[in-house]
Amino acid sequence: MKVKVLSRNPDDYVRETKHDIQRVPRNYDPSLHPFEVSREYTRALNATKLERVFAKPFLASLDGHRDGVNCMAKHTKSLSTLLSGSCDGQVKVWNLTKHECVRTLQAHEGFVRGMVVRYCGTSFFTVGDDKTIKQWKMEAPGYGEEEEPLNTVLGKTVFTGIDHHQKTGVFATCGQQVDIWDEQRSSPVRSFTWGVDSFSSVRFNPVETNLLGSCASDRSIVLYDMREATPLKKVIMTMKTNTICWNPMEAYYFTCANEDYNLYTYDMRFLEKPVMVHMDHVSAVLDVDYSPTGQEFVSASFDRTIRIFPKDAGHSREVYHTKRMQHVICIKWSADNKYILSGSDEMNIRLWKANAAEKLGVLSSREKEATNYNQKLKEKFQHHPQIRRIARHRHLPKSIFHQKNELRAMKEARRRKERNVRKHSKPGSVPVVSEKEKSVVAVVK
Amino acid sequence: MVKVSKKKGSKRRSKHGSDEPEVSSVEPPVVYDDDDDDEDADLNAAGDEDLSSEEEENERKHQKLLEAISALGGEKKQLGERSEAATCMSEFTMRAEGEADKVQLSDLIGTTPAVSTHVRKQLKDLERSKKTVECPVSKQETQRIQRDLAFQKAASEVSRWRSIITQNQRAEQLVFPLNPEPSGRRPMERVVMGWKAQTPLEQEVFALLSANKQPINDPVLTPAEEASLKAMSLEEAKARRAELQKARALQSYYESKTRRERKIKSKKYHRVQNKSKQKDLLKSFEEMVKVDPQGALEELKKLELSRMQERMSLKHQNRGKWAKSRAIMAKYDLEARRSMQQQLEVNKELTQKLVAPLESEEEERAEDADMLPDCVNVTELQRDFSNPWMRGQLSQESTERKISSTESVTVEAAEEEEEEEEEPKEEELLRELDSRRKQRQTEESNTVILIDDEEEEEEDVTKKQTPEKQAEAPDEEEEVMKDQTLEEEAVSSDEEEAGLSEFTRIFRGLTGGLTAGDADIRGPSAQLEEGLIRFRSVEDTEDLPQEELVAPPPAPPSEPALSSECQVVPSRKRKKGIELTEVLTKDTTAVRVPLAPTITDSEDQLDQRGLIKEAFAGDDVISDFIREKRKQEEAGKPKAVDLTLPGWGEWGGLGLRPSKRKRRRFRTKAAPAPPRADRHLPSVIISEKRNSSVSLHQVSSLPFPFENHAQFESCIRAPLGRTWNTERTVKKVTKPRVLTRLGTIIEPMDQEELLKDQKKSCSVGSKKTQK
Repeated sequence: MKVKVLSRNPDDYVRETKHDIQRVPRNYDPSLHPFEVSREYTRALNATKLERVFAKPFLASLDGHRDGVNCMAKHTKSLSTLLSGSCDGQVKVWNLTKHECVRTLQAHEGFVRGMVVRYCGTSFFTVGDDKTIKQWKMEAPGYGEEEEPLNTVLGKTVFTGIDHHQKTGVFATCGQQVDIWDEQRSSPVRSFTWGVDSFSSVRFNPVETNLLGSCASDRSIVLYDMREATPLKKVIMTMKTNTICWNPMEAYYFTCANEDYNLYTYDMRFLEKPVMVHMDHVSAVLDVDYSPTGQEFVSASFDRTIRIFPKDAGHSREVYHTKRMQHVICIKWSADNKYILSGSDEMNIRLWKANAAEKLGVLSSREKEATNYNQKLKEKFQHHPQIRRIARHRHLPKSIFHQKNELRAMKEARRRKERNVRKHSKPGSVPVVSEKEKSVVAVVK
Repeated sequence: MVKVSKKKGSKRRSKHGSDEPEVSSVEPPVVYDDDDDDEDADLNAAGDEDLSSEEEENERKHQKLLEAISALGGEKKQLGERSEAATCMSEFTMRAEGEADKVQLSDLIGTTPAVSTHVRKQLKDLERSKKTVECPVSKQETQRIQRDLAFQKAASEVSRWRSIITQNQRAEQLVFPLNPEPSGRRPMERVVMGWKAQTPLEQEVFALLSANKQPINDPVLTPAEEASLKAMSLEEAKARRAELQKARALQSYYESKTRRERKIKSKKYHRVQNKSKQKDLLKSFEEMVKVDPQGALEELKKLELSRMQERMSLKHQNRGKWAKSRAIMAKYDLEARRSMQQQLEVNKELTQKLVAPLESEEEERAEDADMLPDCVNVTELQRDFSNPWMRGQLSQESTERKISSTESVTVEAAEEEEEEEEEPKEEELLRELDSRRKQRQTEESNTVILIDDEEEEEEDVTKKQTPEKQAEAPDEEEEVMKDQTLEEEAVSSDEEEAGLSEFTRIFRGLTGGLTAGDADIRGPSAQLEEGLIRFRSVEDTEDLPQEELVAPPPAPPSEPALSSECQVVPSRKRKKGIELTEVLTKDTTAVRVPLAPTITDSEDQLDQRGLIKEAFAGDDVISDFIREKRKQEEAGKPKAVDLTLPGWGEWGGLGLRPSKRKRRRFRTKAAPAPPRADRHLPSVIISEKRNSSVSLHQVSSLPFPFENHAQFESCIRAPLGRTWNTERTVKKVTKPRVLTRLGTIIEPMDQEELLKDQKKSCSVGSKKTQK
């Protein structure tokens, strides 16, 4: 009688040191794994559910302003510093890691309209309703010193926005005209006018640093080249544009926040038609900022929500709101692509996560791998109805929800009417106009 | 508007003569003012009318007079006298005669003293041309054009980024920030931003440092160094540094090597070294003779020169100080004598006239002739390997074909060939059991080994025939091939090297140079050893002695059967080709017969089966299943529809049924159902009904980026997890699209990216052109 004994050689499964990876014998033969798809589907479903469970985007609220927050500025060199200006002319410097205000200064009388940090991060500029441009040191004044601006420029008209050049000591302001300033001089180097308008915002292109864009109250967006004597081109839309923002990674794309509840992404070379229309807000969009990776942007709206859009998607991937947050006036995406900062009417600045379910802090390698895998699973099964249903569900406040439905109904009705008109008129007399083309009235050369 | 004088026209006429007045009068005046040409035209017409012949005469006379005066006065110019009030005065000796007159270009030319003929001609051409310059556009229009131009410029400038943008859009992974700071220690300066030298000493030191452009902190580079770093891109710099490092390392190695060699005192070593050097030299020289005879000639000349020098000099002639001392010692010291002898030899060698190269060449040719067949064979062999049919020779069929073709070769030889084929697989075993084998070598008899060999062989055949093995078969073949090419290194055991090397053996077998005698000589020893190897199969190496005891008794009776089997199996295979399964099953049973443990195993199995049967005696699963399937089939069949209406054309009522004829007539047969998917699968029921509970989880329509269902399905079917993929695949598949570093600022794209991109594209382009 032969006795068979189970025997295992420990060399096959014991690792030499504890730093080695555990040896896990596996047979990858697909015939041995008949249920791989269904198993992965279950995993994907669980991952989606967990993502929704862990989606807690709101991190902190910074309070201290005594009026609505009108503008904010990111520090160019420090991630933890944020500047904000309010409607009473106060500017506050915040430390984001400690959630506290580091410094407060009365910069202007009336609104602080715009604010920008110099590219080197040593000083910042503010413009206000008192027709002044002020340059301030980033460091707080020492004990006993008075809070005084480095430079003050008194302009002829009110300035409504300011932006600084990416690399040189040049900045641009807008008001009744768009001015290009040299930091060393007290009068503008160049000023652009094109009809009589008041401009609401001006932004330098961060990539092609000599280009600027501005939006005017005559519903137009105007492009400039700092080196040229004249503006470049103007596109007039159906409604007024509030802000524009250039994509920091793609030189010729910019997105503008419009009063007609939509955002429009343009290719600056072809202004006849926006590349993409981003719809979802139910009220005027007030501000927009790109993520530093250029893959997404975030928008702040009068409807008291913040939405995050992928740069090439028509609808938002995320909506943030809280009960107490009123009209969101300004918004910024932090320079490390992790956080979103919103300043709103009710005097608070809020700190959000850019990815709602992301775990913050340093992740262990296993955690990282797991999140990557889950992410890919979610992507893979994103079209499956159950998963999509869970992944795309968001809570909305009642009012916004109803407004949204109402808007949808209105839009549908309009579409239906147009369709009927087309049906009952001579073929070709009522052309089909795409949603993109509808918004553009004219392009002025 | 320029006031006009008609002087020019008259002048012309005077020059040309009076033979062609019509032409000149017809000739339209050239207009210089661009603004309002219409008015001009009117005025000119009026002027033409005014001109009468009298005036012309006067003019001419006056002209002559003027000319005469000017000739008298040399270069002196006279200003036209002003006799009456003129609307316009001209400084160019022209009178203002009336508003209708016009200044012509030629007038102006006439006044300027030195105008080259070339310019004159050009101006004349200009005069003759009738084009008018358009009036300048309005301010708005000019601005519009300026804007348009500026926009086009900006647009083209911005379009440079297109390639980068599309690249990034397509990229599988984007890593931000784009220019990550190099990891490691950062200089103090960058960490502490607002630091200043405060004490006077510090200030002094820093002033000194900055004055000399020295680095203020340790790791910081001087401005010059930084500039040079910036001049090169990081990758370039890295590559360059690596290159330099390598060069330096090589140099240092070489230096150390030579130093070491120089320190070696052993004369023998140096002698050997020198000899080898000489050999190398000679070899290279021979090659040179073949490759470029010109260079070889030069070399030869050099040698000749050295010979001449040697002859001229007194070196190696034992006349130096050292040689003399040696000569004194030579009487007593053998070593000294030898060294002197050597010197003389060297001298001889050097002074010898060189005819050697030619001889060596001839020798080499002879060698080549010797070598030739070998080379040819090698190439043949390679070709054979590349040829799948020839490669097949290593597998069984071909060997057998060989047997049939060359009948002189014995069966043992064939077996041996097979053993050779299997050997590489079992090389590890071979090494493992080297010692044991040696022990047993003496004890075991040849016959037993032979039998065992055959068994083993058969087992191998069966292994190959099982489906799993079949899939791997090509790999194995390749392995065999590789092994054979590397055999000389791989097979290190001495007993195998005892005879001919494996390589040559195979090669001989291939070329057909294998004679029976050779095989006989080689046969037994090889068989013995390899047989031992084969004897050790994978499963039982430990209980070998047991087998030795057990195996022999049953073996002899089974031997003929087995051998017949092993011959039969391949033949069948040859006949049928594909139907391996039958052969397979039969084979396995055939193999298992002689082995006692396997028999018991099968019995065990039978027992178990019986047990199960007993346990489930009441359940007739199979018939149940069949019944179930029938039911399903029945349910799936379409049913006939009866459309007869009772009472239609007939009496109706309780207890009355429509007539058979009616019923037959109004009965509609449904179309036959499509064939069931499981009609050829007796043990399967396939239901093709849509399951609503499942459909909830299914994708109803093809999602966007996919073009067809197959694409989507294949995408879903490919698993991502580590349960089904290797670690590397998982890493690759699950890497996130956007990667950012914690706590780093992501700067907007810089112009440098553009340069990088250009460089990349340039390099790609150059590579392409090279290809």
